[in-house]
Amino acid sequence: MQRLLILSLILLSSFAYAVEVRASEITRAVMLSNSCAACHGTDGNSPGAMPSINGKSAQFISRALLDFREGKREATVMGRHAAGYSDDEIALIADYFSTLP
Amino acid sequence: MNTLNRRKFIKLLAGTGAGMSAPGLVNAFSKSPSGRVIIVGGGFGGSTCAKYLRRFDSNLDITLIESSKRFVTCPFSNLVISGMREMDSITQDYAAQSERGVNVVYARVIGVDAALKKVKLDNGKELEYDRLVLSPGIDFKWDEVNGMEAADAETIPHAWQAGNQTTVLRNQLEAMDDGGVVIVAPPKNPFRCPPGPYERVSLIAHYLKQHKPKSKILVLDAKDKFSKQALFMQGWQKLYPGMVEWVAGSEGGRIGEIDVAKRTLYAEFGDAHKGDVVNFIPPHKAGMIAHQAGLTNSDGWCFVNQRTFESSVHKDIHVIGDASIAGAMPKSGFAANSQGKVCAAAIVSSLRGKEMPEPSYVNTCYSLVGPDYGISVAAVYRYSENKGIYSTGGGVSPLDEDADYRQQEARYARGWYDSITMDSFG
Repeated sequence: MQRLLILSLILLSSFAYAVEVRASEITRAVMLSNSCAACHGTDGNSPGAMPSINGKSAQFISRALLDFREGKREATVMGRHAAGYSDDEIALIADYFSTLP
Repeated sequence: MNTLNRRKFIKLLAGTGAGMSAPGLVNAFSKSPSGRVIIVGGGFGGSTCAKYLRRFDSNLDITLIESSKRFVTCPFSNLVISGMREMDSITQDYAAQSERGVNVVYARVIGVDAALKKVKLDNGKELEYDRLVLSPGIDFKWDEVNGMEAADAETIPHAWQAGNQTTVLRNQLEAMDDGGVVIVAPPKNPFRCPPGPYERVSLIAHYLKQHKPKSKILVLDAKDKFSKQALFMQGWQKLYPGMVEWVAGSEGGRIGEIDVAKRTLYAEFGDAHKGDVVNFIPPHKAGMIAHQAGLTNSDGWCFVNQRTFESSVHKDIHVIGDASIAGAMPKSGFAANSQGKVCAAAIVSSLRGKEMPEPSYVNTCYSLVGPDYGISVAAVYRYSENKGIYSTGGGVSPLDEDADYRQQEARYARGWYDSITMDSFG
């Protein structure tokens, strides 16, 4: 019984650790991506008409942002937003939201 | 946990080695917090800062001090004024903060002791902090207004702090006869929500067009130009032709004196303008507590380090939102949300003795010119030691777009409200 308890504690704690690290790390990617959350929802999970961006592939997000920036993809506000970010910054943002559930 | 007390539980974790890899679980039972942060003001800036502090550090002792149990947002209050929304739909609370373990205290801060690092509350209590965040919003420079004082706002509402003032203005518009004159008098720079007065003009026009079509709106501006001006004017021309007259500050828009009883505004040079409803928005300064804490400059605003939002006057006190001087960023709820996150990162980094990564900031403001006619302004910002916060990209909606485009942005305006309020208060 005790062994089972210990085992489940290990499993439980490693899961808790994974979630904890993602939320608590203060990286350059987090500093950039937190900006997106104000429109696209906390963690990219939108409650309304703005599209959710969590869990989309990094390739999809970076392609979209690059196309918005170059005017290759139709947009209202996103072309103006994407203009503010470098290629490297777009890659960091895309990678960050791709890892969120 | 019935048969397993706290100490045994941690011992067990440590024994398995799991404790080493489970900071979250251990932190949850740890007694000494990683620091005490007090936030004063539960608007967009303060609420966002509390939320993101908790996300960055599950072990931080966070106290949010706010005088009201409910917060009515200025964003979308113009929709309430024009009858498009009910007050309930723009009213936020602090339930989510309590759920995430933020200690919410409903009181007013009456003093800050920067040397002893404590704040004094109107309920007699004193609270100590390691870091203090002030997000007090705005107050008004009534001493610069001739003929009107704060109490007169019941007669001539500013409705620039949402809540009761929003209702006062709404009721006056409803009571007005068809053919009446509504005067809107926007303040000089800098002020909260640069496009806000002009969205208000638009949505009042929308209400009048439906219910009191013979009425007029006179805009007596303290300024010679305003945010998204060409876009607003194009929208007014299209949706409300002949209804709105805008007078620039240097052409008679600036107000010299007010006769409250007669609802009359006297221009600095010349004309008297009598309104049936008068919405005079006084010049702004930082919220009261920023002044009491000695953090303001001669113009009434707070200089901060624009990377961390730490006050230039007192160490370990941060000022975010409208009250701060934040370089190229406007005074808006959205900007305050962005600053709240950067400030949270700066505080947690500092408490950990680490360097914060390069910050990034953003602003996005939608305005409704009509229910299906939206326009926007957006900007992305970064920081440099020489320039402070400066813009790296952005702009306003294009002129001459078709109805579909405006309708799309009107839909996004509503989505914007849902998202920014959830990211700040949810």
